[in-house]
Amino acid sequence: MYSALFSLLKRDLMLAFRHRSELMNPLIFFLIVVSLFPMGLNPQSQVLPMMGAAVIWVAALLAAMLSLDNMFRSDFDDGTLEQIVLSPWPLPAMVLMKVLAHWLVSGIPLVLLSPLLGVMFNLPAESIGALVLTLLIGTPVLSLIGAIGVALTVGLRRGGVLLSLLVLPLYIPILIFGAGSVWDASLGASINGPLLFMGAILVLTLTLAPFAIASAVRISLE
Amino acid sequence: MTLTLTDSLLLEAHQLRCERGERLLFESLSFRIASGQLLQIEGANGSGKTTLLRTLCGLSPPAEGKITWCNENIQDSSQEYLTQLTYVGHHPGIKLDLTALENLRFAQDMSRSTVTDPALLHALERIGLFGFEYVPCRHLSAGQRRRVALARLLVADTRLWILDEPFTAIDRAGTQMLTQLLTQHLHNKGLVVLTSHQPIELTDGDITRLVLH
Repeated sequence: MYSALFSLLKRDLMLAFRHRSELMNPLIFFLIVVSLFPMGLNPQSQVLPMMGAAVIWVAALLAAMLSLDNMFRSDFDDGTLEQIVLSPWPLPAMVLMKVLAHWLVSGIPLVLLSPLLGVMFNLPAESIGALVLTLLIGTPVLSLIGAIGVALTVGLRRGGVLLSLLVLPLYIPILIFGAGSVWDASLGASINGPLLFMGAILVLTLTLAPFAIASAVRISLE
Repeated sequence: MTLTLTDSLLLEAHQLRCERGERLLFESLSFRIASGQLLQIEGANGSGKTTLLRTLCGLSPPAEGKITWCNENIQDSSQEYLTQLTYVGHHPGIKLDLTALENLRFAQDMSRSTVTDPALLHALERIGLFGFEYVPCRHLSAGQRRRVALARLLVADTRLWILDEPFTAIDRAGTQMLTQLLTQHLHNKGLVVLTSHQPIELTDGDITRLVLH
């Protein structure tokens, strides 16, 4: 079974790298949206470090939304999704591999870019550490929850807006804890509490989301 | 091909009723096919041929009725059923950005068989894609893409093949080769369900026709 899972992961990564422009677009979107704020506001402003965490987190949510649609769309259109469903391997494990591939190509780059953006917002060093850490825990959650929405809407002609309406409200808890702990860190407070909460959300989605995604994929293919 | 010739297999449909949207496609449809038999489904466009095939695969459950494989409902024993099934659908299930070989290898990894690269290359050669193994499928013609999808049948060791319009976009030589492949599969006690508008001339094998209205 592991060879099938590995093969699916490898294929998704290979496809992502053959479409490098599609890979880069959400990332560039993330960079631009975040860097527009310091330009719009007075750079000396005290507001900048205060809103930095929220802006970077919201931009990360939106960038994740942008990249989500690719997760099942092309597989659905060319019939590969049917083949994956008809393979004898457990579907939740298979879709988890697709989510993992999505996170590797869209989540990890956001995490890696975030310190740079933190500097742009004049965030203190502790906050930047917290930002990287929370994004590292939070972005897999974005991919997992988003995948449920994508799997549900992939059969619709224009699922784009519906997808954001479905998924963005579900991102609220992770946004609150993520942006909140960056703010706490800048005040010198301990962020263990929110981090543990985020970890709990990650574990919860990691265990339950694959089953929801698998059911949603089956519904979309009916 | 490593088909065991011992056990006879049976695919049965019991009183199927399928709908698309609000429209009834067919009802009280029952049939059975056993090892060595081919079921050809005919019917006008929109009569529900593809829906029937997808129902047989278990992709879309029937509104009423059940499908059994060796006397077990396919919904209950889906893993054993899927291990025995190869489905080549209306959409070929090929990635245009992958080469023919990469597509075939991925399809193999998804099924339960373990086939080595030389065997995959040999299959591509047999299906008439010699020289195109490393070409991204984006640069292949419709017929060649179809052949990439059908190459799966050459390396699969599954017993039940469900094929949606396998002869579409395939030239005369390809049709002949596919017909041979089907004959061989039936001879090896395999089962085939396919939709096709053209008559199939097998040298050997038992063809049943089912016409949907």
